[in-house]
Amino acid sequence: MSELLIYILSTLGAIFAMLAAIGILRMPDAFLRISVTTKAATLGVGLLLGAAALYFNDFSVSTRVQAIIIFIILTAPVGAHLIGRTSYFLGNKMWKNSVIDDLEGKYDKKNHKLLSEDVAEKNIREKKEEEKK
Amino acid sequence: MNLHDYLYYIILPILSLSSLVVFIRFLIGPGIVDRVVALDLVITIGIGIIAIYSIINDKPTFLDIATILALIAFLGTVAFAYYLEKRNKKDE
Repeated sequence: MSELLIYILSTLGAIFAMLAAIGILRMPDAFLRISVTTKAATLGVGLLLGAAALYFNDFSVSTRVQAIIIFIILTAPVGAHLIGRTSYFLGNKMWKNSVIDDLEGKYDKKNHKLLSEDVAEKNIREKKEEEKK
Repeated sequence: MNLHDYLYYIILPILSLSSLVVFIRFLIGPGIVDRVVALDLVITIGIGIIAIYSIINDKPTFLDIATILALIAFLGTVAFAYYLEKRNKKDE
C-alpha cells in the first residue's frame, strides 16, 4: 500500500519537474518563464520529497522533509516576485501577444518608486500626446 | 520490476533530462534574468534528485544537503535580484 503511494508520488513529481523544464525552455518571455518554473517546480519537488518521507517512515526524516517543503513553499513566490520586479526594471520586453501591462507608467524609472494611479495615467496621456505631435 | 529499479531506471533519467533541458536555457539566455531563473530551477530539481537518490541508497542523511541547497537557492536568487536592480537605480 505504502509502496504504491511511493510509485504514484514519485511519478507525479517527476512529471511536474519535467513540465517545469519544458516550460522554461519553450515559454516566450522572461515573465512567463518565472511564472511556470515557480509553480510547477515547487509542486514537483514537494511530491518527490513526500515520496522520500513515505519510504523512510521515520519521525526525524519526515520532520526534515516537512521543513524543506514549507521552506520551498514560503520562499519560491518571494524569489519569483523579486526577480520579476528586477526583470521589469531592466526593461525586458513582454511577449507580443500579452494583453495588459498593469504597471505601465506607474514606476519612476530613476528611483524605482511606485506612483499613484492618477499620476501614472497623466504620464501615459502626456506621452501619447507627445507621440501625436 | 521493484521500487528500486523503477526509481533508478525511470524517475532518475526523467529528472536528469529535465535538468539538462533547463541547462540549455541557462546557456542560451537571452537575458541575465533568464539565467538566474534557470539556475534556481536547476537547484530545485537537484533537491528532487537528492530525495530520490536517498531512497535508492537508503540513506536519509542526504536530505540535510537538500535543506542547505534550498537555502542557498533562495539566497542566490534574492542576492541577484537585489544587485541587478541596484545596478541601474539612481537615487537623487
